[in-house]
Amino acid sequence: MMETNIKPVKGFFNIDLQELWRFRELFYFLAWRDIKVRYKQTSIGIVWAVLQPFLTMLIFSVIFGRVAGISSGNIPYPIFVYSGLLFWNYFSNALSAASNSLVAEQNIIQKVYFPKIIIPLSSTLVFLLDFFFAAIILVGLMVYYHFFPSLVGVLLVVPSIIITFLSFSGLSLMLSSINVKYRDVRYALPFFIQLLIFITPVIYPASILGTHKWLLYLNPMSGVIETMRVGLLGVGTIDWSVFGFSALLSIILFMLGLLYFKRSERFFADII
Amino acid sequence: MENIIEVRNVSKSYQIGVKREYYYSLRDTIVEAVKKPARWLKGQRANKETFWALEDINFSVKKGEVIGVVGRNGAGKTTLLKVLSRITPPTFGHAVIRGRVNSLLEVGTGFHPELKGRENIYLAGAILGMTKKEIDSKFDEIVAFSEIGQFLDTPVKRYSSGMYVRLAFAVAAHLEPEVLFVDEVLAVGDYKFQRKCLEKMGQVSQEGRTVLFVSHNMASVARLCSRSILLEKGRLVMEGSTPDVIEKYIGLRETIGAEVTWENPLEAPGDSVVRLKSVRILSEHSVPSSKLDISKDFFIELAYQNFIEGAKLLPRIRIVNNEGVVILTASSLPSICTEPDTWYDRPSPKGVFRSVCKIPGNLLKEGYYFINVTIGNLAGLIDSSGHVEQDHVISFEVVDKGGIYKEHSNVLVGVVQPRLDWKTEHQK
Repeated sequence: MMETNIKPVKGFFNIDLQELWRFRELFYFLAWRDIKVRYKQTSIGIVWAVLQPFLTMLIFSVIFGRVAGISSGNIPYPIFVYSGLLFWNYFSNALSAASNSLVAEQNIIQKVYFPKIIIPLSSTLVFLLDFFFAAIILVGLMVYYHFFPSLVGVLLVVPSIIITFLSFSGLSLMLSSINVKYRDVRYALPFFIQLLIFITPVIYPASILGTHKWLLYLNPMSGVIETMRVGLLGVGTIDWSVFGFSALLSIILFMLGLLYFKRSERFFADII
Repeated sequence: MENIIEVRNVSKSYQIGVKREYYYSLRDTIVEAVKKPARWLKGQRANKETFWALEDINFSVKKGEVIGVVGRNGAGKTTLLKVLSRITPPTFGHAVIRGRVNSLLEVGTGFHPELKGRENIYLAGAILGMTKKEIDSKFDEIVAFSEIGQFLDTPVKRYSSGMYVRLAFAVAAHLEPEVLFVDEVLAVGDYKFQRKCLEKMGQVSQEGRTVLFVSHNMASVARLCSRSILLEKGRLVMEGSTPDVIEKYIGLRETIGAEVTWENPLEAPGDSVVRLKSVRILSEHSVPSSKLDISKDFFIELAYQNFIEGAKLLPRIRIVNNEGVVILTASSLPSICTEPDTWYDRPSPKGVFRSVCKIPGNLLKEGYYFINVTIGNLAGLIDSSGHVEQDHVISFEVVDKGGIYKEHSNVLVGVVQPRLDWKTEHQK
C-alpha cells in the first residue's frame, strides 16, 4: 500500500525520481494543453510559428545586413541570421514562458499536490514544436541559397537542442521560483532577454569581437548557434572546444537551477 | 483496524504579512534589510508576527470512516486539508496517510476556458491525479453525470456557470482514491445537483473509502459523517460523534451573544480611522436580545468611533446563516435604504456614531444567524475592503413562537421566508 509521510521539509536536496515518473502523464497533459491552446481563436494558427521568425529575419536582414552592413562572411546575411534566430527564439521564448509559468499556474499550485517542477518544464514543450515549424523555413532558405549541411552538423542537431533545453530550463527553474516571491522578474526578464541577443552571435559573427570573443561564450547559446551555423550550412569548421564548453555550462546551469528550485519549492503554495 | 490517517502534533505557522500580502517586491526586501539593523539597535522586534494556523493537532482515522471537519471561518480547516494534501508542509509534527490520496479543495481546478468540455475532462482528471487509462474508462460515466450532453465539444468558456460546475464536479466525483479530502466544494451549484453530489459522496464512503469532509453545512455533515472534529483558532477542541460536535459548535457560536462591547478602544476591531465600540441586536422594544420572534421587527445597532475629521464612512452589515450563506447585505447606500441616511457620503466630524438598521419581521427563517460588520468608505465598496472588517461579530436565533411556518417547514424550501402578496382570481 502506498504510504505518504507528511513532515516539515528540511533543506536537503532530494529529487524523488520515482514520484516524477508517476506524474509523467500530468507532464504530458500540461504540455498538450499548452499546445492545444497556443493558437486557439487565431485565423492563421500555426502559421504564426513560421511567420514570426521569417519576418524577424527580413527586418534584421534589412537593418543589420543592408543598412548597418554587418559582414556575415561568405554566407548570405538572411540565412546567416535565420540560422541564429532559429535557436535563439527557441531559447528566449521558452525561457520567458517557463519563468512566468509558476505564477501563471498559481491556482493549481494552491489546490493540488504534484511535483511542481512539472510546470516550468512542461511549459516549454510547445516551443520545441514551434522550433520544428520554424526549421522548415531554414530548409527552404538552404535550398534557395544552395547550402548543404555536413553530416556532423546534422548529428549535432539533437545535442544542440538538449544544450538549449538545459540552458533555458536551468535559468527558468531559478527565475520562476524567484518570480513566485518577487514579481520583479516578470518586468526585468523581457528587458534582460532583449539585451542578451546582442551578446549572442545571432546578428553578427563572433569573429567580429576579435580577441574578446570568449566573452560571448559565457552564454551557452553562443556555442550552440555558432556550431549549428557551421554544421547546418556546411561552411567552415566546428570549434569543438566552444561546443563542449557550451554543453558543460548548460549542465552547470541546469544543476544550479534544479538546486534552487528544490530549495524554494516547499513554500510556493504559501507565498505565491 | 489500522489507522488510515494518523496526525501527530501537526502545527503550521505563517508569518503575518507573508501570507496576506499579494506578493513581495524586491524593493520592499531591500528596504526591510536596511531597516532591520536600525530596529535591532533600537531593541524593537521586526514587524512580523507568527500566526499559528494549526496548533498541535492530533487525531486518527480508521479505514472507511467519513470524518466531518467543522469550525468557524479561519479556524484552520482548509489549512489542515492543505497540509494533509501535501500542498504546504507543516511547521512541526508529522502525519501518515496509508493509501492513494486525492484532494478536492475547489471545483474546477485546472480547467482551461479555451478547451472543450471533452478536453477539460482529461486535463482536470490528470491534474486531480487520474491516469489517462482511468479517465478513458470513466469518460462516459463522467459525461452522463455532468448532464452537459451536446455541449461536450464546446469550449468551456461558453458554458453557463451551472454547466461549468457540473462538469467540474463530475470529473472530481469519479476519482477513486482510498483517501479523499473535500473542502467546502458543494457551496456551488444548484440545489438538485448538490443533492446528487452528496449522494455520490455517500456512495464513496460505502465503498470503504476514507473521507475528510470540511463544510459549513451542518445538515450535510450530519448526513455524511458519523464522527467529526471541531477546530477553533487552529486547535482541535473536540473529537466525537457528529451530533455532539455540532451541538458544541453551535454552542461555541452562541457564546458570541447578542451584544458585544469593546471597553478598550485599542482592542476593538478597526484602525486609525475608525474603530467599533459595540454591536447589538435589539428586539422590537429596543431591548438587547438574542432570541427573536420570527414575525417581529428587530434592529441591528452599530456604535463606532471616528478618529479622522472629515472621514466619509460607510457601514455595512451582512446577515449570514448557519450554513455560511449570506442572506442579505444592508448599508446606508441610498439605493437600498427606505430613506436616505443623514450621514451618507458626508464628511463626519470626530466622535462616536451610532447606526441602526431595522430588519423587518416575517423575513428570515427559523435558525441561527451571524452578523458580519464592515466599516469602510465608498471607494472600498468596490474591493469590499474597510477600516473595520469583522466576521461573526454577534449571533442571534430566530424562533417561531406562534407556529406560523413551523407546520409547513418541510415544504418551505429557501433561505428566506417573507410574507408576500398572493392573489388568485377565478377568471371564468
